[in-house]
Amino acid sequence: MKINAIIGLGAVAMFAAVAHAGPTLDAVKKKGFVQCGVSTGLPGFSVADDTGTYTGIDVDMCRAVAAAIFGDAGKVKYSPLTAKERFTALQSGEIDMLPRNTTWTYTRDTSLGLNFTGVNYYDGQGFLVNKNLGVKSALEMSGASFCIQAGTTTELNLADYFRSNKMQYTPITFDTSDQTIKAFEAGRCDALTSDQSQLYALRIKLADPQSAMVLPEVISKEPLGPVVRQGDDEWFNIVKWSLFAMVNAEELGVTSANVDEMKATTTDPNVRRLLGIEGVKGSWMGLPDEWGYNIVKQVGNYGEAFERNVGKGSPLGISRGLNALWSKGGLQYAPPVR
Amino acid sequence: MPSDNAKTLSQKKVPLWRQPAVRSITFQVLLVLCIVAFGNFLLSNTLQNMEQRGITTGFAFLSNEAGFGILQSLIEYDETHTYGRTFLVGLLNTLLVAVLGIFFATFLGFFIGVARLSHNWLVARLATAFIEIFRNIPLLLQIMFWYFAVLRPLPSPRQSLNVGDAVFLNNRGLFVPRPVAEDGFSLTVVAFFAAIVVMFFIARWARHRQDATGQQFPTVSVGLALIVGLPSLVFLFSGSPLHWDNPVLGGFNFSGGLEVIPELAALTLALSIYTAAFIAEAVRSGIQSVSHGQTEAAYALGLRPRVTLKLVIIPQAMRVIIPQLTSQYLNLVKNSSLATAIGYPDLVNVFAGTTLNQTGQAVEVIAMTMGVYLMISLVISMFMNWYNKRKQLVER
Repeated sequence: MKINAIIGLGAVAMFAAVAHAGPTLDAVKKKGFVQCGVSTGLPGFSVADDTGTYTGIDVDMCRAVAAAIFGDAGKVKYSPLTAKERFTALQSGEIDMLPRNTTWTYTRDTSLGLNFTGVNYYDGQGFLVNKNLGVKSALEMSGASFCIQAGTTTELNLADYFRSNKMQYTPITFDTSDQTIKAFEAGRCDALTSDQSQLYALRIKLADPQSAMVLPEVISKEPLGPVVRQGDDEWFNIVKWSLFAMVNAEELGVTSANVDEMKATTTDPNVRRLLGIEGVKGSWMGLPDEWGYNIVKQVGNYGEAFERNVGKGSPLGISRGLNALWSKGGLQYAPPVR
Repeated sequence: MPSDNAKTLSQKKVPLWRQPAVRSITFQVLLVLCIVAFGNFLLSNTLQNMEQRGITTGFAFLSNEAGFGILQSLIEYDETHTYGRTFLVGLLNTLLVAVLGIFFATFLGFFIGVARLSHNWLVARLATAFIEIFRNIPLLLQIMFWYFAVLRPLPSPRQSLNVGDAVFLNNRGLFVPRPVAEDGFSLTVVAFFAAIVVMFFIARWARHRQDATGQQFPTVSVGLALIVGLPSLVFLFSGSPLHWDNPVLGGFNFSGGLEVIPELAALTLALSIYTAAFIAEAVRSGIQSVSHGQTEAAYALGLRPRVTLKLVIIPQAMRVIIPQLTSQYLNLVKNSSLATAIGYPDLVNVFAGTTLNQTGQAVEVIAMTMGVYLMISLVISMFMNWYNKRKQLVER
């Protein structure tokens, strides 16, 4: 029996030992694509359509990194992961980066051997309820049952919120967000709780999206961002600055439509540095100088990616809110490329 | 001369490496050492790699606060308890569904298996249809089917189906009154166990009497009467020390009373039906393995078919049935881990799901979960092997 236990442990260990020992960038360049961990299907963030093409703001993060490295945003392979497997897949080296609407928390940043590279979506946790429950606020929901996705900060925040407000609740946990919305539709739970962006995305999946409403309360901070492994600073920089390049591009007014024109004619030194024409070198990160240009040309700036996937140009219709640029009253602020 | 040769042969020293016994032991020891060394290498390699990557190791996380709620818990639990506690809660939920599943699957399986061999054409065909359908559809699909089949037709809590003020059925679960024991209740419990003990002795005495005189004694009916009657009498005489906590609708859901969640019902239903289909085939194979001569001899002695089945065929068939039964029970226990698909908080869902994700310590959590399933399976197979040994035919 002891042998069995050791062999069992060993089998799991082999999974961990097969990871890349060297820098991630070398391995990615050698394979020719970025292995990207995404969700199992969350509209607006990472979802595959019926031809198998992935879209979403998290998908755009991976495409930006691929554009920066290879000059081709298509050089990405996607691994759909549930909330339970995502960190193990990253820790073991199965994927190179994890932009999967993952909340940046102290525990995850320190005890898992992972680093968060930034915040590509500032979110908060909310509740989705059926309109005919007649509930107008989360404070009226004592004794209610909630459908939740297992292994997320959602579970913890819900427990904290109800404990601090001295209310009772019943949690029903499922593996994937799809199962939560199905159970909500079947009436198993009174409310669905998750990040507000997810609530809007999941509401689309209902047979009658207008029958459900999102309650006004936001009960937690959920800064969502891409995650990479600790110990590889070069790769960390690449993913970090891919996001910053997109935010800077929006600030400077560079879009995928006008980037070619800007590259040819602009005299603004900030834009020239961003597009790699002068000043800073891509080789400091192991990338070609046009890494910024490639990102904006192929993926767009932050605003374009936002509107295309979760904003006015998408079925979700979420307004910029906290995700607007700092100069427009939001929180997106990128350090300068200089 | 032969005797001289024999003497030289026995006196000549055989080198150590030529002796089969010594060789055998050496190789076995070497193999064990190799396995241990390999295991040690794997363990130390894992620990070293994890440390290099900054991943926390060790079991210290078991005493950290969990911070999340669990839908169903057989022991006291709220989010201020530790991760170790969530392990226990998940384990008890798994054992609950395993025990219920094994119980129902066995009865249903035996029933269907015997029905399959019935001389009534319709009954036999229905049993065949049952077996073929439920054996061949993947269990995960069956679980999801039963979950939504159980959920959909049921009304929401505010429109529950009810029996008086006590029993309510809705899509949040089945709510029944909870018995709350008062002071004198322990006497009734003692009476119950006393009745069981007395029944054992009566059964033994009845068997001896039958061996000696051939007279049968209605052990089962007397035993049942005793087990039901004695505690009831004690209960009434001690002043009925029991009151019922009825479920009450407040706001969204019911509070008070006992709750059977639809996840448990759906999972037990799916597991029982799926495993029963396999057990039915095992039972059929067991019964058909008994030589037909036994049946004919029993009929020749004047025993009716049902008595023959009970006293002659099934005891002999058990030899063949029990090992297969063991496998099916183990399958059932392991299949219960599919509970994550419908949100039943079993060990895999609660511990290897939520706790694993919150703490990030995949290796330790998975190792513990695997170890527990291994333990449960070994206990079940140990018990079944003991039972099998008892049932084995002792050749004269």
